[in-house]
Amino acid sequence: MPEPMMNLHVMAAAIPEIYLTAAICVVLLFEAFVGSKRPGATGTLTLLMLVIGAAVTVAFADVPQRMVLFDGNYIADPLAYVLKLAAFLAVAVSLLYSRAYLQSRDILKGEYYVLALSALLGIFVLISANSLLTVYLGVELLALSVYAMVAFDRESGVAAEAAMKYFVLGAIASGMLLYGMSIIYGLTGTLNLDGIAVALSAPHNLGVILGLTFVVVAVAFKMGAVPFHMWLPDVYEGAPTSVTLFIGTAPKIAYFALALRLLTHGLAGVKVDWTAMLTPLAVLTLVIGNTVAIAQSNLKRMLAYSTIANVGFILLGFIAGTASGYTAALYYTLVYILVALGSFGVIILASRKGFEADRLEDYKGLYRRDPLLALAMAMLMFSTAGVPPFVGFWAKLRIFQALWETHHLWLVVIAAATSVVGAFYYLRVVKLMYFDEAPETLPATAGSFGVRLALGLNAAAVFVLGVLPAPLLDLCTRVMH
Amino acid sequence: MHDHLLSLLIWLPIAAGIVVLLLGERHIGAGRWLSLIASLAALALCVPLVMDFNTHTAAYQFIESAPWIPRFHASYALGVDGISMPLIVLTALMTVPVVIAAWNVISKRPAQYYAAFLIMEGLMVGVFSATDALLFYFFWEAMLIPMFLIIGIWGGPRRVYATIKFFLYTFLGSVFMLAALIYMYVKSGSYSIASFQSLPLTLTEQRWIFAAFMLAFAVKVPMWPVHTWLPDAHVEAPTGGSVILAAIMLKMGGYGFLRFSLPIVPDACRQLDTLVITLSLIAVIYIGFVALVQQDMKKLIAYSSIAHMGFVTLGAFLVYAIVRSTGATQGAGMGMDGAMVQMISHGLISGALFLCVGVLYDRMHSRQIADYGGVINTMPVFAGFMVLFALANTGLPGTSGFVGEFLVILASFKASFWYAALAAVTLILGAAYTLWLVKRVVFGPVANDHVAHLSDLNGREFLILGALALAVLMLGIWPEPLLKIMEPSIQHLVAQAAATKIPV
Repeated sequence: MPEPMMNLHVMAAAIPEIYLTAAICVVLLFEAFVGSKRPGATGTLTLLMLVIGAAVTVAFADVPQRMVLFDGNYIADPLAYVLKLAAFLAVAVSLLYSRAYLQSRDILKGEYYVLALSALLGIFVLISANSLLTVYLGVELLALSVYAMVAFDRESGVAAEAAMKYFVLGAIASGMLLYGMSIIYGLTGTLNLDGIAVALSAPHNLGVILGLTFVVVAVAFKMGAVPFHMWLPDVYEGAPTSVTLFIGTAPKIAYFALALRLLTHGLAGVKVDWTAMLTPLAVLTLVIGNTVAIAQSNLKRMLAYSTIANVGFILLGFIAGTASGYTAALYYTLVYILVALGSFGVIILASRKGFEADRLEDYKGLYRRDPLLALAMAMLMFSTAGVPPFVGFWAKLRIFQALWETHHLWLVVIAAATSVVGAFYYLRVVKLMYFDEAPETLPATAGSFGVRLALGLNAAAVFVLGVLPAPLLDLCTRVMH
Repeated sequence: MHDHLLSLLIWLPIAAGIVVLLLGERHIGAGRWLSLIASLAALALCVPLVMDFNTHTAAYQFIESAPWIPRFHASYALGVDGISMPLIVLTALMTVPVVIAAWNVISKRPAQYYAAFLIMEGLMVGVFSATDALLFYFFWEAMLIPMFLIIGIWGGPRRVYATIKFFLYTFLGSVFMLAALIYMYVKSGSYSIASFQSLPLTLTEQRWIFAAFMLAFAVKVPMWPVHTWLPDAHVEAPTGGSVILAAIMLKMGGYGFLRFSLPIVPDACRQLDTLVITLSLIAVIYIGFVALVQQDMKKLIAYSSIAHMGFVTLGAFLVYAIVRSTGATQGAGMGMDGAMVQMISHGLISGALFLCVGVLYDRMHSRQIADYGGVINTMPVFAGFMVLFALANTGLPGTSGFVGEFLVILASFKASFWYAALAAVTLILGAAYTLWLVKRVVFGPVANDHVAHLSDLNGREFLILGALALAVLMLGIWPEPLLKIMEPSIQHLVAQAAATKIPV
């Protein structure tokens, strides 16, 4: 509904974005005048800004029901509220973990934080997008910030290569998205997602399916679904680990929102068609992601394929095509982010100046060198494998449940079988850490007390939410209905 | 206390395990005693469980219930009946010797070793006492983690291969069971096992669910042909791991058949019972032959376990054949009684045999039969125990091994002559491989210098083997109390298994 006038009430729901834009400016100015003299201060300020931002969001953006603002371009609803808080948390935690890593590689620059915040702004725009234009704005804002972050370590050849691949392939995906959107706009005559939903609920032109195809390809690319996943392992491996941590977590929230807003809302009228498109993608993603991960000797690359496999599960939630399925996908996404934060955090803490702990063999005997880190990693690996009492189990259970409710027998069987394959490579990490003896040459692990505490809490959350899953499950169900 | 007896049995060992873990290797002295006290306390908690158990009802007793995930209608619901209670007692009973047996033997990360077994104990009791399917699955899967670590950290040379194989095999089976449980939840709207048992299911649905259950439980039992993880796991596992694996974890497969397969999908069971019985008989006969040729003591006992567990699955599934041949369920209870007694008895005997092998291994660091011979000359007391447990393993009357096998064979006569004839082959085969093992290891002249220098049992070893010997004999001479405890539950189960759930 277009609002008659811009009053403060309308602005209030959009406070997170407005605040974040201002925060970016503040951080940028701070870096220019203070940060260059006191390295690290910008990072502290950014964390402070994120904490205040979360508080501001809680105070103002907690809308009781769906509100459409700014001529229908922007939506505020309980879902957006929860997703934004989750994004705040994910970004704050990943910046917290990465600080020492950046410092030891001489890339602790204020711009890193500015880019991270602008990526966060992109995530927010996507979360609250209610028209094709805002969707595209969010996608590009997020993507461009992230490309620059991947290339942030300009001394590193692999990082530059990864950034280049990411940029070129990402540009193609953006092109696809834009092309698909233009077709849909041409056929429905509106950019507004509500309008498109209304237009598609009536009998529609076959051309819509053509547009939909491009949109689905773009969504699949952004999420990392097979066969549009090629960029993901290279970027995860090539990027500095702190950036891998960043792009492996918060942006997933945005891409979940992208799929949700575009497919299940705007393009709900062609649900049958996008379900038919996503089904083979999800099956391929599950199979390829899980099997190729076995062959990896680099942990970051292995986790990249694990991400792909997890995306397969998230897609299954969409394929179920019910509110229950979307809830399952939301829950899975949040759980995945929690676990990914921890796993990449462990890699960061196990690394040292001049030593990237990214090969699997670097984790041999980690138990002896650093029991806390090994325990945290073991819990995270068991969680991703879907073994109770860890939260990853409930994520898988929720997806299975949504699939059964819609009678997808074969998808259940495939998902179950591939998760057994997946268990193997997670177990291998545990095996390296606990059963093998450490070679003498491996350096000690790093991390200040605060960061280690945070990582410990992260792993503890995986356990506590595994034993008492009800609160998070309820939250997801509540915001999705 | 009765209101929370089962919770205490679950969480007391787990809490103690966590404390031992936190005490760390530096305070292992205190950790050891704490482990012993905790395992004894758990055993003591079984006393009121047995004493106040009402033997006249098939209903769950000592029930507890608290909301867990209200949205899924999943609750923290516990309770025991005549089928699960003896298994819980067995769990508490077998953990004590494991703790004692490790006393001076485990030198590598002992605190973690004790902690792993205590946590295992709690989780295993959880499996047997959960009356909510989701809670059951939660414990069932969580248990894999400590066992994975036990085999992987304290195991033999090929421990990594064995433990990953163990984990993946069981995980494969369980995942499909989870899928089946969720399916039934979606249909019934609750995760309580009772609601699954009363849920009408078409034959097609039942067949799929049967297959999923079969995968999970057959791997765990294990049945031929999905048994191959067990010999590997046993050979590589430390003594305590083998004891728990053989004595308790295998029983979960049998328990699963009794608690889930038979009452939830009775029609599919009726249709496919020949499959289960055939696989059971293959386990009894073929695996018996396989056991005969083993060179490694632990491997031999592992194969013997598979053969003995074949009796459990055989006894459990005889009900349909009995109904077909006699037209009534009379006598079907005997098969299930046999299956249950066999589980308890095998838990005691196989646990004791693995402890015996552990006693020898601690002294000689070899499990090869060929390295031994004439042990009786230097270890007469040990030899006495070993021979007793071996005879119990062959089903000598007067020992618990006899009761279970006898009941199952008796029941299979009612079903079919051929079932009984084939099952009875075990009397020959079991005797052959077990006695031949004893002959080669225990009897004869002293084989080599190492054997000549063996020292007999110390007090600690004598205590645990003596206690188990007592249990084996008591159950063999006077099985009546156990049968009485199980009676109403078994009758109820026979009725459930013989009923039909196909909606009309």
